Amino acid sequence: MTAEAARSPGARAWARFRRNRLGFYSLVLFVVLYAFATFSVIRYANKVYPTVVIDGETYTVRLVEADNKSDKTEAVTAAQSLISSGASVIIGSYGSGVSIAAGDIFNDNKVPAIGASCTNPQVTAGNDYYFRVCFLDPFQGTVMANYAIQEGAKKAAVITQLGDDYSSGLGNFFARAFRSLGGSVVSEQQFQTNATDFKSILTNIKAANPDVIFAPSSIATAPLIIKQARELGITAKIMAGDTWENSSIIENAGVSAEGVVLSTFFDDADPATAEAGTFISGFKTFLVENKQPDIIPAVSALGYDAYLTALRAIEIANSTKGSAIRDALEKVDIEGVTGRIIFDENGDADKDMAFIKVVENGQFKFLKTVSVI
Amino acid sequence: MSMTTILQHCLTGISLGGAYALIAIGYTLVYGILRLINFAHGDIFMMAGYFMIFSLASFPWPVAILITLVVTPVMGIAIERVAYKPLREAPRMSIMISAIGVSYLLQNLSTYLFTAIPRGYPEIPFLKRIFRVGELSASFVTILTPVLTIILVMVLMTLINRTKTGMAMRAVSKDFETAKLMGININLIISVTFAIGSLLAAVGSILYFTDRMSVTPFSGTLPGLKCFVAAVFGGIGNIPGAVVGGFFIGIVETLLVALGYSTFSDAFTFLLLIIMLLVRPTGLFGERSVEKV
Repeated sequence: MTAEAARSPGARAWARFRRNRLGFYSLVLFVVLYAFATFSVIRYANKVYPTVVIDGETYTVRLVEADNKSDKTEAVTAAQSLISSGASVIIGSYGSGVSIAAGDIFNDNKVPAIGASCTNPQVTAGNDYYFRVCFLDPFQGTVMANYAIQEGAKKAAVITQLGDDYSSGLGNFFARAFRSLGGSVVSEQQFQTNATDFKSILTNIKAANPDVIFAPSSIATAPLIIKQARELGITAKIMAGDTWENSSIIENAGVSAEGVVLSTFFDDADPATAEAGTFISGFKTFLVENKQPDIIPAVSALGYDAYLTALRAIEIANSTKGSAIRDALEKVDIEGVTGRIIFDENGDADKDMAFIKVVENGQFKFLKTVSVI
Repeated sequence: MSMTTILQHCLTGISLGGAYALIAIGYTLVYGILRLINFAHGDIFMMAGYFMIFSLASFPWPVAILITLVVTPVMGIAIERVAYKPLREAPRMSIMISAIGVSYLLQNLSTYLFTAIPRGYPEIPFLKRIFRVGELSASFVTILTPVLTIILVMVLMTLINRTKTGMAMRAVSKDFETAKLMGININLIISVTFAIGSLLAAVGSILYFTDRMSVTPFSGTLPGLKCFVAAVFGGIGNIPGAVVGGFFIGIVETLLVALGYSTFSDAFTFLLLIIMLLVRPTGLFGERSVEKV
């Protein structure tokens, strides 16, 4: 947390002195590429809560941004640059693969990181310094499998991306849950990173004739899978995880996206807490001011929660020292935008509810909530 | 696997192969004339995708296609003039490194200008019309791609074998210095070569992206590399060879994915490159070249 202290010039000078001596007074971010939406929510959160109180003195939070370009190698570089910039807390990332790749760096340097929407269990497992504010893939996979069974699906096909921890992890958890609920997985297909042609795997899936297709993947591949499936005359319901809640998918897939079902963390039509109410109206205004569509994806809500969690932890720790913040994170108990945030012993937020949304008339529409015990 | 499934896979493979063939010709042409592997070719292909997106945003599709088919060759010529021409007397390695530089420049420039978020490729209605025969289902572009590829190759072959420009191109590819002595305008011929290569890449880009629907600054990298392999496979410098190579790689890649070996579909292409270079470095149809002193 940096040090442009609020009040007198004297206090400012003192703060500058402290920063120079101790070197780690900044709250730092580590966010993926997917543009404005990802950095912007943190900038917004910073605007709403620009300061933090340590030892009775008010400090301004300084944001340092590093872009991991959704690439594992870049993620490591970004993480290192954040560490060397003297960050006290890291927020991010959104993707599981990049978070896992950078996790060890935060652990080795004893700087706590708070993940936003990295849902793979391995992000926090065995890493004392990684926390996250979202639910996990085993949970999400089970939720989607439950939903598919409830909708009467008996046969499912799964499409996953090779070497992507999020995609293959979530795909496996879905398949496992779907089988244990009495369904059968008739086709499991994989594709290479950066693939743009899914016709071959979709042709195989068409031949297996499933009721639902579960295809957790990045927002770059989603519209391609959706459109090519419809083009090949596949009518099965297409489902995916939280990543797909991004308006660019609807933009790119057009009418083919109608009926696509996904699970997510948050619904802006149904604010869960008081904090959520102010966040929704405030952030929408902020988006409009910055000429962005005023749709709040769940990842933004999680990013905001991660920021709130970070501030709270610093206040509890009463310090900007990484290990102290880490210990304080275990004690955090706040009402965030996506619900109550308490961390379990792994550093995962204790969440038991997911929102199911469906694409209808070019919009994500809230369908129902599913809880799994 | 049922018959319709197999047919569907074949259709996909042939269509992909057609697009690869069009790009591969660009590598082969430039290599034939300049002995340069134009590593920026894949990125010219990608840029053509962006040109199409932006021109279609403000013009009807026939005009947009025309703009793309004009702007892309102009860019190809400009790249040659700026990045390759000053190095004509330099060692061959320098010009190749310059090509790699141009490739990265184009990628990063378009990341800067258009962001790395995938852009939806606009739909050209008549290309996207879907045909169904029984269980078989394909859009018009899937069928058009291989047909158009064959027609364009035939036109190109006629151009090279029957016209004066073509004769000049052949002369330049045989012997640079002698062609110059015979009064051939070398710079013009090289520009024509780049224009043709880029034009085919632009056509390939329209067909390829219409079928795959999104463009990113890195969309050209992998197809570019694969088409380079296709050109080497067919014998670099040899046009029919590049076409055969393109179709071969497209079809095998599709079949590998279809059989569930998607892990190896990219690996196959590069394995093919290594094997080819070890066993028959001149490619399927390449002539054994004699180094002149």
